[in-house]
Amino acid sequence: MRELLRAAFVIARRDFTATVLSRTFLLFLLGPLFPFLMVGVFGAATAPMSATESLPVGVVATSAEFQKIEQARDQLQDTFGPLGVVKLKRIDPAGSSQGKSARQKGQPGYVAVLEGGLANPQLYGSVSAQSGIAKQLRLMIGQARQTAGSAQPVHLPVMLTNPSPTAPNAGGQEFTARAGQSLLFLLTILLAGMLLSQLIEEKSNKVIEVLAAAVPVDAIFLGKLLAMLAASLAGIAVWATAGAAALEIFAPNGLGALPPPAVGWPLFVLFGVIYFAMSYLLLGSIFLGIGAHASSAREVQTLSMPVTMAQVVIFAIASIAIGNPNGKGALGAMFFPLSSPYVMIARAGELPDLWIHGLAVVWQLLWVALFLRIASGIFRKNVLKSGPTRATRRKSARV
Amino acid sequence: MLRQATPQSWTSGYAVEARNLVKDFAEKRAVDGVSLEVPAGSIFGLLGPNGAGKTTTLRMLLGIIEPSSGERCVLGRTRPIEAAHQIGYLPEERGLYPSMNAREGIAFMGALRGMHLSAARKKADQLLEENDLGDWARKPIRNLSKGMAQTVQLLGTLVHDPRLIILDEPFSGLDPFNQGKLERVIRGRAADGVTVIFSTHVIAHAERLCEQIAIIAAGKVAFNGQVDEARAKLRPIVRLRTRETDGAWRSCIPADATKEGGEWIFELPQSGPEPLLKALIDGGAGIETLAIERPGLHEAFVAIAGDAAAKAMDTPEEMTP
Repeated sequence: MRELLRAAFVIARRDFTATVLSRTFLLFLLGPLFPFLMVGVFGAATAPMSATESLPVGVVATSAEFQKIEQARDQLQDTFGPLGVVKLKRIDPAGSSQGKSARQKGQPGYVAVLEGGLANPQLYGSVSAQSGIAKQLRLMIGQARQTAGSAQPVHLPVMLTNPSPTAPNAGGQEFTARAGQSLLFLLTILLAGMLLSQLIEEKSNKVIEVLAAAVPVDAIFLGKLLAMLAASLAGIAVWATAGAAALEIFAPNGLGALPPPAVGWPLFVLFGVIYFAMSYLLLGSIFLGIGAHASSAREVQTLSMPVTMAQVVIFAIASIAIGNPNGKGALGAMFFPLSSPYVMIARAGELPDLWIHGLAVVWQLLWVALFLRIASGIFRKNVLKSGPTRATRRKSARV
Repeated sequence: MLRQATPQSWTSGYAVEARNLVKDFAEKRAVDGVSLEVPAGSIFGLLGPNGAGKTTTLRMLLGIIEPSSGERCVLGRTRPIEAAHQIGYLPEERGLYPSMNAREGIAFMGALRGMHLSAARKKADQLLEENDLGDWARKPIRNLSKGMAQTVQLLGTLVHDPRLIILDEPFSGLDPFNQGKLERVIRGRAADGVTVIFSTHVIAHAERLCEQIAIIAAGKVAFNGQVDEARAKLRPIVRLRTRETDGAWRSCIPADATKEGGEWIFELPQSGPEPLLKALIDGGAGIETLAIERPGLHEAFVAIAGDAAAKAMDTPEEMTP
């Protein structure tokens, strides 16, 4: 095992250096322009818009107060149209247990709950203070106060609640989960494909035989995977830094406007890195198996296309889990190794439980090891069957 | 079924032992029951025409591919990859990273074989200087001539001072100057006690360098032993020119003798040269010239592997201008 890791490190070091110090790496760093565009398109296409917008905000208020807020809402709707304006539903303060229950259980049936009336409004829910819902409610309360003859500025504190597993927050956290999942998928697809070209290049260089004679094939594959993972993470670090700097310059509150994930931002980012590594290793090990089987770039394209398409389907399945992370479909996708990282990053966005992430990483690592063994087995079977072809002989005879 | 090396099952005096190695690919049997014994510290040649199974045999010995059946022991290990740090391998299809410079290319190959990278770099510098490539040490390999690139790969094969060097068709594509240089390298390493195995389809190289050879034809070992033993498979050839054309001496000329350009050519009889000489003198042949020639490895190869294999060996690589 020690020798395997040592050999993998030697190969990874060379591959990483060769990749990162190449001119093409600069082009690679420009890559996110495309995936970010795709994130927008994908996220928009797969997001169940109606789920977020059909759930109302529960308003614990007297009938009179609710009417004022509702009137303000109607004015807002007159201005902006019905699609973008949050719906309101009154919760009778007399049945205070109903309001309390709505708060404590994560507002089943409500995207959030507004309490305290016009005088002392407080918003309970898994939405951020900068979310569209909170902003709209501030406008409504302000307008309602004006109607009531008060020009007092609106202060609307938002009390973050844990989403209910049975009725998860259909608002901000779902968006965060979906964004994280989409980003993970696109980065994986983009970066794992690089492995294929690496292995094909290696085979055309004839270096592969030198490597295979010196170190175990498993070490070659592991080294290549780790090198490309490290190169990808280097790229992501550059992109993240550039993105953060851009946000800082152009939209100082840009990150703050994103709804906070259930596990909080630091852990969510950490899980993002971990699950990217896992999905990359899983897909990368499959691509390595394909690269071992193929002998030309054309063959690689033919063979990898079904895997890429299957991956899109897997992503679509994983995205269904958003909104119902404990449902049967979500659990099934969690166990299926290729969709597991996507489901888990979405789960981190929606649910605060942590222990399950440890289990998931171990589970995914087991599959990485299995895929690597299979890929190296395919490699042994399909390459280096015999000496060079006659064409190669002719070529080598040219002095 | 592979076994761990034990004194009972493997002979410690051999650097490499193989027993009944078989390799089946889907379409054909590439190697069919090859057994080899390579004494430690010897130069061992694997002879055979293209497609005979030499490369597949070497790859099995190195553990790059697993045999379908049979077993092998390399430097005391039945899993050759475990001895990889003590082995240097130059494949027939040369492989280097074109964007790496010569120094890093050699050092990388040393690091693969267990060297610390900084030590491998130092050794690479030394080897490049010794081989007049010091000025090219930091140039990308893609900028090197083919001969230089081959030398760089050879140095990468030797950088970690292996105990066993395996070279697959090492002379292929080299000009005569570099062939001579490579022969000196092989002899030099062998003089230091290193075992060298190389495959070739050029008999002259094996004849010049090898103490022991194995002749492989159609995936089978047709001969395994010393070069002299291979030659001894054939009787020495007698070339005789006489002043007299007929006489009693003719009785000592074998019936299958041929006459070319006034010269009798026949195998030396089992009784040896003395009775032949006596019969010729006593019979009044009037010996003009008499030569008893030891057969070359080529003749031995023809006798051992067959004419077809010999013709395949003789077919030169297709050279293009």
